[in-house]
Amino acid sequence: MAAPDTAVDLSQAMRLEPVLLGDWLVVAPLLLTILGGALCLITRKNTQAQPKIAIIILTLLVLSCAGLLARVLDQGVVTMVAGAWLPPFGIAFTADALGATLALTSSLVALAVAVYGAVDIDRSGRRYGFYPFLLLLMTGVCGAFLTGDIFNLYVWFEVLLISSFGLLVLGNERAQLDGAVKYAILNIIATTLFLIATGLLYGIVGTLNMADIAIKAREIGMEGPLVTVAVLYFLAFAMKAAAFPVNFWLPASYHTPRIVVSAVFAGLLTKVGVYALLRIFVLLMPDARAALADLIALVAILTMLIGVFGALAQTDIRRMLGYLVISGIGSMLAGLAIGTTPALAGAIFYAVHSILVMTALYMAAGVMRALGGSYSLRELGGLYGANPTFAAVFLMLGFAVAGLPPFSGFWPKVLLVDAALVGGHGWIAASILITGLLTTIAIGRVWVFAFWRGGAEGTPDGYEKALAVPDPRVSGAGIWLPLGLLLGLIVLLGVQPEFMMQVAGRGAASLGEPLGYLRSVFGDAIQ
Amino acid sequence: MRTVIFRTIAPYLAALMVLFSVFVLLRGHNEPGGGFIGGLIAASALAIYGIACGVAAVRRAITLHPMSLSAAGLLMSALSGLVSLFTGQPFMTSQWWYVRLFGVEVPLSTPMIFDIGVYLVVVGSIGSIALALEERESD
Repeated sequence: MAAPDTAVDLSQAMRLEPVLLGDWLVVAPLLLTILGGALCLITRKNTQAQPKIAIIILTLLVLSCAGLLARVLDQGVVTMVAGAWLPPFGIAFTADALGATLALTSSLVALAVAVYGAVDIDRSGRRYGFYPFLLLLMTGVCGAFLTGDIFNLYVWFEVLLISSFGLLVLGNERAQLDGAVKYAILNIIATTLFLIATGLLYGIVGTLNMADIAIKAREIGMEGPLVTVAVLYFLAFAMKAAAFPVNFWLPASYHTPRIVVSAVFAGLLTKVGVYALLRIFVLLMPDARAALADLIALVAILTMLIGVFGALAQTDIRRMLGYLVISGIGSMLAGLAIGTTPALAGAIFYAVHSILVMTALYMAAGVMRALGGSYSLRELGGLYGANPTFAAVFLMLGFAVAGLPPFSGFWPKVLLVDAALVGGHGWIAASILITGLLTTIAIGRVWVFAFWRGGAEGTPDGYEKALAVPDPRVSGAGIWLPLGLLLGLIVLLGVQPEFMMQVAGRGAASLGEPLGYLRSVFGDAIQ
Repeated sequence: MRTVIFRTIAPYLAALMVLFSVFVLLRGHNEPGGGFIGGLIAASALAIYGIACGVAAVRRAITLHPMSLSAAGLLMSALSGLVSLFTGQPFMTSQWWYVRLFGVEVPLSTPMIFDIGVYLVVVGSIGSIALALEERESD
């Protein structure tokens, strides 16, 4: 054991002081999901053990994300640079309130999905890797939320994209391959644009570390090439987030996979795109956001309205929910377009709400299918008689997604509308309110057709068709526990929004005034 | 493709290629090479052996399913980053051990373990794709 002689002063290149154990919470989500994914891959033939491993790992993931959020709220932004190299050369993982909140929400959703999947995904689906893909998808999602390096963000996007391909074609049906091709091509184009934009950005500022870019881009200001980079980023992430006019891949693919896969996609994937937009346009290039604010506002308004009109026109519940995902993306973009701290807090709160409620709604669609035997509003009917409790659950989720009190969708819309009116963006406020109204109608339509009408299309009033015996699995804990968990959180956020308001405010503040973020990466010398 | 010459040569060729892939893997710390390229060479060895002698022979030869190999590599790479947890250094900080073997000092390190993990991931994933494609062809 003899170390070679080194005459080099390592403190110039490396962080030499010991790292606190708590800082490991930043990388714990990645490590847990990678190790869990590998374990599930090794045991993929043992279809009984897989859900157990995945649920244990995801429970640990929830705990580690909760610990990370607690640490961020307590001590400010947490940074760990891989390999002890000093930033901007080492690859930084930086968790602020925004990243930690979204990571925690995503891990809760993934846990719910893993429990639901234990019922919904059959043995062959497990053998073809539902749980490994789910865990590696979470690696990508958490990595994207927690990384402090823009190229690393690209890598996590690739990780989650590849895992999502695997999940999307689980089952190998013709329609799934059709959906997967559309999804894959659009997303690969978006990822390539992201990569090109990152290359250009590196050419301009000479760094990939987000904190470093934030400093350098503010020095450069809005000179020519940076505008190009900003527009490319906007296009790339708008595609990922399914914003109008690049939203068409989402309704074309989200109704094809297993319902629990749709649930996790609807909850997480588009929100990662929104997160990247918030990160890049507010933290890294605030001047670009100001320059593009009108464009973003237009895109936001159109996305909201196109989404909700699409939802009104659909008869397949899954496609309708896909359009509601798009409509929600519009609301988050509205927060970005307004750009003030309350508006950004509204967008962050809305992202949390949307992650929870869209996953829950897709799960509810799975239950509707199990009870009524179809996803089509023409064929469904009589579900109120079949299961009144579930009818109440669906109505609550519907109110939440429409933004009615006392559910989680209400408060972010209050924040957004208020911020829009304060900032003089009357059109944005009006669109948010109109979208809320139309969403209520879209949900009411499902409610009337699927729950109140006695049977399939053409059933006369007052006549109740006897439903076929429902799938026995829908009465089990495997369905009700995850749905109950998400519904509980949605109601809790609606009734007790103070904590979430505070966290979202912290997240928005750390984006807008990034001193804490920069100091966490570069030390206290930064002014 | 299954000529006598090819079938006779293929096992030796595959063995040489695997040996070469290990060489490339280990040389990768300071010179061109490393886990990714080494893994690709090893995966092409499996592919060549599969073309010559059939996929079943390859599967027997590597004992483990390629996907399990891949997963083991992933596990190894992730765990190699965890070693620095015990020395109070950040994630993935490299740890070196200088071991004397037969009078020669052999530097072992966590980046090497990480690279072997990458090697296994690449062999496993590319190998399983190659074998699946070859299987489809021979049916």
